[in-house]
Amino acid sequence: MPVAVAENLFVGSGSVTRLLAGRSRIDGKLVFPFPSGGAEENYDLVELAPEGTLWSYTIQRFRPKSPFNGDGSEFDFKPYGVGYVELPGQLIVETRIVADDLTKLRIGEAMRITTEAYRTDDAGEAVLTYAFRPAREGEKA
Amino acid sequence: MTDIVIVGAGIHPFGRTDGRTGLEQGVFAIREALKDAGLEWKDMQFAFGGSSAAGAADAVLPRLGLTGIPFINVNNGCATGGSALLSGYAAIKSGDVDLGIVVGFDKHPRGAFNADPEASGLPRWYGETGMMLTTQFFANKITRYMALHGISQKTLGLVAEKAFSNAVHTPHAWRRSPVDLETILNAPMISDPLTKYMFCSPAEGGAALILASERKARELGLTGPRVRGAAIRTRPVGSFEVFAPALEIERGKSAVELASAATWEMAGVGPADVDVAQLQDTESGAEIMHMAENGFCRDGEQERLIADGETRLGGRIPVNTDGGCLACGEPIGASGLRQVYENVQQLRDRANGRQVPDARIAYSQVYGAPGLSGCVVLER
Repeated sequence: MPVAVAENLFVGSGSVTRLLAGRSRIDGKLVFPFPSGGAEENYDLVELAPEGTLWSYTIQRFRPKSPFNGDGSEFDFKPYGVGYVELPGQLIVETRIVADDLTKLRIGEAMRITTEAYRTDDAGEAVLTYAFRPAREGEKA
Repeated sequence: MTDIVIVGAGIHPFGRTDGRTGLEQGVFAIREALKDAGLEWKDMQFAFGGSSAAGAADAVLPRLGLTGIPFINVNNGCATGGSALLSGYAAIKSGDVDLGIVVGFDKHPRGAFNADPEASGLPRWYGETGMMLTTQFFANKITRYMALHGISQKTLGLVAEKAFSNAVHTPHAWRRSPVDLETILNAPMISDPLTKYMFCSPAEGGAALILASERKARELGLTGPRVRGAAIRTRPVGSFEVFAPALEIERGKSAVELASAATWEMAGVGPADVDVAQLQDTESGAEIMHMAENGFCRDGEQERLIADGETRLGGRIPVNTDGGCLACGEPIGASGLRQVYENVQQLRDRANGRQVPDARIAYSQVYGAPGLSGCVVLER
């Protein structure tokens, strides 16, 4: 069974994924990721919208140093997208981006949440993180 | 209130110096600054210094003399040098001391910086999934800026081309050979839209400045540029800074805008009065965006200004006359003081081959993680 990269980060997988944020009990403002280490007691866990618009993006072309622990080595590294998606009325969240062609992304285009198996753990299980994909591509397996 | 004068400036060449530690490069820069002023280490009443990856700055003391002076270590990311300078400035303004030194040095391994999430108050997954890279932040920021304000890929290339062209005349620069625009634009992408020539590299180097009150300088028979304004500011709500897993939808000002506004107010001059500027160019796009954030133009005007050569030597407002971070590389602790060192050379007519004629007002600005900026205005 695939495992999530962290707790309280998202629920579900694929098209039914929802990012988790904190809503302040004091001023009602949203924070992402959900706070931890003692700060969480002032926040309610809430789900963020699954759709938004592309705010900005780039393509990571080289394998990052540690603490990055994605699959592969610097010789078979596969570039991945990293950008920001604006969730209307909520937040602009940073995210990995999956797309058939990362060079065809356009600021302002509709994006939808998904999950991405970015590495395999010691037990051989896929580790999932959240990602966004252009809505025009539809949901893929 | 007394004015503060920079009576000496020294630098250890930036780049790669095998067989010499960061600390030794700092000691070298201090000795150069002392020689420049004709002073000795025992004349120094205080020191502020910092390095990010080359140890405690006060470890220079045994090499220079255990004179018992207060030496305060500063660690403020890419603004470490600027913070040391501001601290020295405030120390002299307080009236307790009237002559001292600020120093910054560093030595980083090759390749992009790797960041520790916990050290920045961020969760582990943020680094593990590959989203905690300064290069990604700069690329995201310029991608959106280009879309909103009509900046072209070619303009990114022109900024890098200028940097290497200026560095040909800079003894302390690292990459001193010109690189043509085609090569820059067609080089491998590091983080789109930025190619490898558009990013500065972590490097090594050291820089030191000797500060004196105007009265003390006069007493010693020394002259130098006056510090007219200096300020550091951290990120406000609504800014877009490095290592940000989420942003507020309502956008606000940047740390750079706050720091530059405070500096202009303190200096009593504005961008139109500046003859030469050193702006943080971690990558080509940063120089372009910082031109607007520091008030040198409106958003989008850079496209025409850069095409017309206005930021080149001989242009209306030459920017990064020594090649900036792009050609000098970035030793974090020394980078901000390198900018001020270059402005001191410009204001003393010592910038052979890259001199801005009759430069009177010089400006410098650093930017660093996790979102702070420091600016300095010097006057001949």
